[in-house]
Amino acid sequence: MPSISIAEELAKKQREISISEFFERNKQILGYDSATKALLTAVKEGVDNSLDAGADADILPDILVEVKKIDKDEFVVVVEDNGPGIVKKEVANVFGRLLYGSRFFSRAQRRGQQGLGISGAVMYGQITTGKPTKIRSKVAEQDVAYEIELILDTKKNRPNVVEEDFVIWERAHGTRVEIPLKGRYNTGKQSVPEYLKATAIVNPHARITYRPPEGEEIVFERATEDLPPKTKEIPPHPHGIELGTLMAMMKETKSYKLAAFLEEEFVRVSSRVAKEICDAAGLDPDMKPKSLVLEQAKALHDAMQSAKLMSPPTDCLSPIGERLIKRGLKNVLGNLRPEFYAPPLTRDPAVYSGNPFQVEVGIVYGGDLPPDQPIEVLRFANRVPLLYQAGGCALTQAVANVDWRRYGLEQRGGQGLPFGPAIVLVHLCSTKVPYTSESKEAVATADEIMTELDLALKEAGRRLKTHLTKKAHRAKTKEKFEIVQLILPRIADKSAKIVNKKVPVLDATITKIMGVVWVDEDIAYDKKAKRHTVTLNVHNFTDAGKKLNLHLLLPRGIEPKSIEPKPAEVRDDGKITWELKRIDSVAKASISFALEGLDEAEYDESDVYVSGINPGLVIGAEPLPGDWELNYAEFEEEEAPAAEAAEETEIDYDETEEALDDD
Amino acid sequence: MTTKKKGGAPASNKAVDALYAIAEEIYEELDGGQIPKMKIPLRTKANIRFDSKHAVWKYGNLMGVRSAKKLKGALMLLRTMYVLEFIRDMIRDSKSSTLREMYYISEGWDIAKFHAQEESNLLAEDLEVITQLLREDFKLRPEESGASVIGNLTLEEVTRGGDRKRINCRDDVGDAGYTIPYNVENEKVKLIEADAKFILAIETGGMFDRLVENGFDDEAKCILVHLKGQPSRSTRRLLKRLNEELKLNVCTFTDGDPWSFRIHASVAYGAIKTAHISEYLATPTAEFVGITASDILNYELPTDALTPRDVGALNAEMSDPRFNDEFWRNEIQTMLQMNKKAEQQALAKYGLDYVTDTYLPEKLGPLGLM
Repeated sequence: MPSISIAEELAKKQREISISEFFERNKQILGYDSATKALLTAVKEGVDNSLDAGADADILPDILVEVKKIDKDEFVVVVEDNGPGIVKKEVANVFGRLLYGSRFFSRAQRRGQQGLGISGAVMYGQITTGKPTKIRSKVAEQDVAYEIELILDTKKNRPNVVEEDFVIWERAHGTRVEIPLKGRYNTGKQSVPEYLKATAIVNPHARITYRPPEGEEIVFERATEDLPPKTKEIPPHPHGIELGTLMAMMKETKSYKLAAFLEEEFVRVSSRVAKEICDAAGLDPDMKPKSLVLEQAKALHDAMQSAKLMSPPTDCLSPIGERLIKRGLKNVLGNLRPEFYAPPLTRDPAVYSGNPFQVEVGIVYGGDLPPDQPIEVLRFANRVPLLYQAGGCALTQAVANVDWRRYGLEQRGGQGLPFGPAIVLVHLCSTKVPYTSESKEAVATADEIMTELDLALKEAGRRLKTHLTKKAHRAKTKEKFEIVQLILPRIADKSAKIVNKKVPVLDATITKIMGVVWVDEDIAYDKKAKRHTVTLNVHNFTDAGKKLNLHLLLPRGIEPKSIEPKPAEVRDDGKITWELKRIDSVAKASISFALEGLDEAEYDESDVYVSGINPGLVIGAEPLPGDWELNYAEFEEEEAPAAEAAEETEIDYDETEEALDDD
Repeated sequence: MTTKKKGGAPASNKAVDALYAIAEEIYEELDGGQIPKMKIPLRTKANIRFDSKHAVWKYGNLMGVRSAKKLKGALMLLRTMYVLEFIRDMIRDSKSSTLREMYYISEGWDIAKFHAQEESNLLAEDLEVITQLLREDFKLRPEESGASVIGNLTLEEVTRGGDRKRINCRDDVGDAGYTIPYNVENEKVKLIEADAKFILAIETGGMFDRLVENGFDDEAKCILVHLKGQPSRSTRRLLKRLNEELKLNVCTFTDGDPWSFRIHASVAYGAIKTAHISEYLATPTAEFVGITASDILNYELPTDALTPRDVGALNAEMSDPRFNDEFWRNEIQTMLQMNKKAEQQALAKYGLDYVTDTYLPEKLGPLGLM
């Protein structure tokens, strides 16, 4: 990243060259370099604004996006929201002035950082079509909406109002913008519907309606009624600051003394630390910040980088959260009927060069996802989908660096994008996302970020692997189930009929074939009562009585009701333990409980663990992890199934069968 | 769909007893709390041994186990029970059915139904191998394979009406020849006489027709038999009887590819699938006059490249004991090396008469047959 950002340069040069000229020169970094991308960029700017407006005003966003085809290559992009609206005198400035209301120095996590925002889209539209943009906005206090058509005066960076009026609008409040522009519409991977789909996944609190130029309207319904927690704005941390920004801040500051400037405009800088920094830079703490020359600014910058400081606070970040990632994925991808949503993972916040950041990962597996293609990586930075430059993005690279073969996906040489029916969601949120370029299409690599991504992806991979192992075990046991429940009784019936004797009792044969304790689960949901009733059955298909402890891990903060039978322990962290009575051979034991207040999709599989039994005998539950510091009895001494061994050496007649095609 | 058949009562009792024994064993295992299983001689190339008494390849002593521990094994055991019951009922009611009919009847067997006729055929053979009886004893018969004979051979066949009808396979038949019935035992087909020096068993219909049109049966004094690919049991049985009873030499004339080598092997040495009855079906003195790898080179025949399946088949033949002699090892290795195969009709490169004027005389001459 250049030390002086494009936006600053733009601001500086504003008077010298015309903005449209600058725009023309920098189309690429602004996201308007191709006809397809321009259309998408305009939609993005509009939707970003709408989401931010909702967040600012604590309103659950309801956003309508419409792309209307006017001509072969001319479209109108409409974005309408239920946000707080914009007061009349600001409307023209917000849409008709570049860099207006910049969030440039803000240290809170925002969608729009720098960039030209919505006014860039307005300008692109007017350059390509010569037509004005129409805006309608209404604030709650007003009875009517203000409607305006405007053109940017690119020389003065001022809006020119073409027409304005007050109109009746049924909305209580909100904003609607209609931008005419030249573009090309497509439906591929980098398209408006894909962008909106991805946006809906990471903004489960928003309802998004899309009307394409042709075909059916698509609605991404809201998956939660809870707004994401508000992000706090914090001053920058000295470790992350860039020289150009530091110099700009010193020009703008109201502090008269350098030490005071450091203390007041940076986080984690006490008056003692401020003095130390000044001393290290060889500068007078009382000098005027505005008076520093470049050399002095450089020395100060160096001193700031090497000062020992506390990490920045991290409550300025707004991760989506594990619960909502799963909801968002289910909500949007549910029609692909994935067999498994790996429990998503939100890492604790960390810091790279003074900037707090946090990574989140989710994996969706199976169902109708294509099994023989590279997995899809959904990249997000600060809840904004990244659609371009996947190859050059740290988020993609982090996925490619993991050896997915360990986690059940195919991958040539253990590197590169793995193949398999999976979608991996990667979200990076930060007060300052290190983009590779001003176009903000890809994330640059930073050691700390790569480490966090790697840890998160591997943990998510482990969760996937656990699921796949369980599935394989179950498939094998299910096969045996079929044998003992469907086939064996019929063999018994038929053979008894042929030899004319009574049907034999099959218990002993069944335990010989199965030889396991099988835990299966049934979850019923009562929509009206919002209640899950969970039943776990423990079938003892071994030839001896078995005693074991069953452990369940429930989501935190949810208290199970009507637990049957009485558990031995219920802990605050959601763990319940049953010490089951001895289950006779070929008998079963059941436990059940109810969970109240959850949506159906929020509980679809229990985390079941066992202890006090050889876990190798148990299918459908994992061994209790050792770090759960419980002093349950060691495994019972199990007798080795000796008889089996001899039989295993017999040649399986049906497996050895070779192609008998010579008759 | 079944038809009434007369006689066969003594064999049927033997069959009923054998089938009962199988069901009884399964029943006893279940009643004793064991996992039910059946032991069956392995029907693989690893388990065929040369029987010097009959000079054919028969199953050895290796046994495999079909157990209810695996889904596939359990299903096959259940199917076996259904088949046992089906056969028992047929014998009781004096009925019989084709193998294909049994396959269709299994539609009513719910989860035990066969998913391909191959499965039901294999199970019928399994029962033959275990009980050392023939599928005819179980009232199961194949469909006619449609293989045919042309040449100066006279035989007597019992017609549907029960009369004996004398047929000369040159004078009393059309261009398609005499169709070999599924039952070629003496009670059905009596071999009377043949005015021929040898039998030429031909793999493909195209070549059979060519030799018929060229009048090769008259010219070389031979009987032409169309094998129709891998010959059925009845075709091989007929060749065997012609060889034994009328003292006619048998020569197989096939394409030059790995599958053709197997055709000759099942005619001459015994097929792996039916190795339990090789002594009834195989003609150990049969000679191979089909296209060899060396012929492809010597006659400069038009060729096709070997497919991966062909290569796999050739490699499998390398470890097939029936091909463990110098001649076959050479041919297989040469074919692998040049990676080519040729059809018998490729001889037409040199004209329609080349096969009868040149190729066959050159092959049969050294054998003293032309």
